Amino acid sequence: MEKKWEEMTPEEKREARFETWLSAEGVAFQSAEAEASYKANIRRLKDAVLMEKAPDRVPVLIMGTLMQAHLYGVTPEECMYDYGKLDSAHKRFLQDYRPDFFSTPAFVGSGKILDILDMQQYRWPGHGIPGTSGYQCVEGEYMTAEDYPALINDPSDFWLRTWLPRVFGALEPLKNLGALTDLWEIVGVSGHMIPYGIPDVQNALKALMAAGDEAMAWIQQIGAFEMEAKAMGFTSSVGGASKARFDILADTLRGTRGAMMDMYRQPDRILEAVERLTPLYIRQGVGMASFAGNPLVFMPLHKGADGFMSDQQFKTFYWPTLKAVILGLAEEGCVPFLFCEGGYNSRLEYLQELPKGSCFWVFDRTDMTRAKEMLGDTLCIGGNVPSGLILTGTADDVKDYCRDLIDTAGKGGGYLMSFGTAMDEGKPETVHAMIDFTKEYGVYA
Amino acid sequence: MSGELAKRLADLKEEEAVAFVEKALAEGTDPMDLLAEAREGMMTVGSRFAEEEYFIPDLIYSGAILKRIVSILEPHLKEEQTSGESKGKVVIGTVAGDIHDIGKDLVVFMLDVSGFEVLDLGIDVPEAKFVDAVRESGSKVVGLSGFLTPAFDSMKRTVEALREAGLRDDVKVMIGGGQVDDRIRGYTGADAYGKDAMEAVHLAEQWIGG
Repeated sequence: MEKKWEEMTPEEKREARFETWLSAEGVAFQSAEAEASYKANIRRLKDAVLMEKAPDRVPVLIMGTLMQAHLYGVTPEECMYDYGKLDSAHKRFLQDYRPDFFSTPAFVGSGKILDILDMQQYRWPGHGIPGTSGYQCVEGEYMTAEDYPALINDPSDFWLRTWLPRVFGALEPLKNLGALTDLWEIVGVSGHMIPYGIPDVQNALKALMAAGDEAMAWIQQIGAFEMEAKAMGFTSSVGGASKARFDILADTLRGTRGAMMDMYRQPDRILEAVERLTPLYIRQGVGMASFAGNPLVFMPLHKGADGFMSDQQFKTFYWPTLKAVILGLAEEGCVPFLFCEGGYNSRLEYLQELPKGSCFWVFDRTDMTRAKEMLGDTLCIGGNVPSGLILTGTADDVKDYCRDLIDTAGKGGGYLMSFGTAMDEGKPETVHAMIDFTKEYGVYA
Repeated sequence: MSGELAKRLADLKEEEAVAFVEKALAEGTDPMDLLAEAREGMMTVGSRFAEEEYFIPDLIYSGAILKRIVSILEPHLKEEQTSGESKGKVVIGTVAGDIHDIGKDLVVFMLDVSGFEVLDLGIDVPEAKFVDAVRESGSKVVGLSGFLTPAFDSMKRTVEALREAGLRDDVKVMIGGGQVDDRIRGYTGADAYGKDAMEAVHLAEQWIGG
């Protein structure tokens, strides 16, 4: 008799998630070769990550936000407003470049939805920046220094009635709502509905409905692309997503400066907040990975990089809850995919605390030789192909760089080939060189 | 002066530094001396950053403490007294199409506390604005910041615009931020790449001051 999910060990859960991923339920493969390729990609990544044996060759994982479109002359603005154009560029990219793993066009998001909601925290092509630029964050204190008690007390309520109204112009009236938990028993119902009768609040709700309609149109296109990509034999590098707790504070809520100041002015509040948020972001990663049937949980890391805080601050504010989320996701059989922008040279010893095969790390500017020395027995690493090399180098430059990476960081397995960042632009000959050379040279005997 | 304010600021003791300033002012200390000592404290912060004893949060926090101190001193200072003697002018900005400012602001801040007069053009700065600023100010150093890869081409175009305006031989151009590295220095035609704010200070000192 099959074990119940809650009785399974983390390893059994992970195995079950890989089996689900391999089974590709609902996918009508275009050919036997496509099916074989899809499954070989997953087994290759699994071998690289679990580190029990070397895979057949180095997996090639291509992370791009706007690059796939850029390679076919589709502008960032077109990507965000013409989903069909975005999809067709991604499809051509897969046909022409054939990476093992692709990054979903869902990363681009819909400009129409941002328009409807009037998002304030970002500028996107045609809205505050040229149509040829990718979306960019507007640093700001979307949570004030005084808001910690409200966040810690009830994060969802804080999001609904404070953060959403500040971040989305169209949702500003939601600040007039009562706390949802105030609604109890029959006598409370009528009074609780009053704010929903305020014309501004009703307009905010209409904006949410309009955004929902657009989201349906968007996901139909993006979802269709993902199904087709799988049917063609490619595999998505992202199942779920999550974030480091301190990054939620520093990217999403307080802004970089605000969060940095809080480390001095109210350190205990930060610690309480990141602790409070930890289970919420394990829940998000597990939930999304389960829904997608893909165990990889993408976690972009930002404010813990070299130079962004001291060692003391890293081990106080950043690492404990990041580690807790990684272990919490692994406990549920997910495979955290740490996308580590900037340098992580001063943090590598912390990564040695993570159990073997529990996650994998894609580095940007980290010294890969040293990373291999320190993590080579326990964790799969990858990345480090510089964007500047791809955009301004030659095919031979890229091959030389990739050869060095495979010879050092790739030695014996536990390695995957990837850019150091999610690319917004590309150059055909260098992107081809990286993928083709790795497939040829990165074969393990 | 005793150096106590400089030490408190350098050690990031916010409340102690502010209390010291308030007490000293009440006791009749010359606000100019306090300002000079605060600058001295900031120089120590800068050198600790260069020695990797301090990191970005320490710079940002020291800036906030300095701001508080200056706001206390300002009503007591005569006009034109807030700026010390300048080592030279530096024009700086985030290049066209890019709106990121944290890295650029750190460089501005470190140049400022190191005694340079900084003309901060802000974010998403068109090439022509850099050219005009160099021409009008006579600055010998230009700093170009950018976080995203499209910034590579904006930097390249800015360097070209300086050349077309006949100013390229008069200025040194330094670049930095995000995905920028020495390869991109070559690509853009800039004179140097700096990996952090202290390198920007060192480059400026090497070129025009210090």
